[in-house]
Amino acid sequence: MRIGREKVVLFATILLFWVLLNGTLALDSLLVGLLASFVITILYRDGFSPFTEFRATPAGFWAAGCFLLYFSKELVRSNLKLAAIVLSPSLPINPGIIKVRTTLKSRMGRLLLANSITLTPGTLTVQLEEEWLYIHWVTVEATDIDSATAQIVAGYETYLEVMYG
Amino acid sequence: MDSLLDLIGGVLLVMGTGFLFLGGLGLVRMPDLFNRIQVGTKATTLGTILTLVGAIFLHPEWGLKLALIGLFLLFTNPLSSQVLARAAHRIGIKQSPATKVDRLIELPWRRP
Repeated sequence: MRIGREKVVLFATILLFWVLLNGTLALDSLLVGLLASFVITILYRDGFSPFTEFRATPAGFWAAGCFLLYFSKELVRSNLKLAAIVLSPSLPINPGIIKVRTTLKSRMGRLLLANSITLTPGTLTVQLEEEWLYIHWVTVEATDIDSATAQIVAGYETYLEVMYG
Repeated sequence: MDSLLDLIGGVLLVMGTGFLFLGGLGLVRMPDLFNRIQVGTKATTLGTILTLVGAIFLHPEWGLKLALIGLFLLFTNPLSSQVLARAAHRIGIKQSPATKVDRLIELPWRRP
């Protein structure tokens, strides 16, 4: 029954995007959208969308808002940091691939975490292996799992924990 | 009022292209593929988003669609970088000599 619910959520998400992109609720475009969304939903074995495992509670929405703000701040910070590295003549990098651990259980939570890490200061998720994330870091500041986790993962985890668990 | 919106939009567009330029510069300067992917992902994401927001200020009636493009970008851009980096590591692309640690080697599928 769980799969059925996920498919409905996926169908609704695709249809929502279709309507937003078309900017109209005219019958003909709506019919085409319904058909296309239906076919895509059938073709996907497990329906999976950003809302799949989202906890639609007030606390969940609040955490989503905070997450977006925090993420935007980190995105700008990451760009300024990399810009400084690229522009400095000595190219002060110190790269390496380290390993961190997440406590998130849901698939969507982990996916968003990996994506967010990729867009934040000098880190790029290379491999997601169950609870372990392998991260390429332009300026490695900590090589052991615990302190690297505290530096890279903890900031996002507090919000994603509430949103997806 | 219109000229103010135009001004803000123009400034945002220039900032966006500035970040895109830095991304390009980073691609040339960085020593290995993984570091190049890093600048490539981040600078293009913020650069494109700033460009889109600038376009929203210039053409408010396009706002919703441009915002949707930005959203898709946020989901797909990091994902493709991750896949590229993983594939590169799998086939054993050489890393810069400055590299300090590589803990990914420990995974069983990684050929020596």
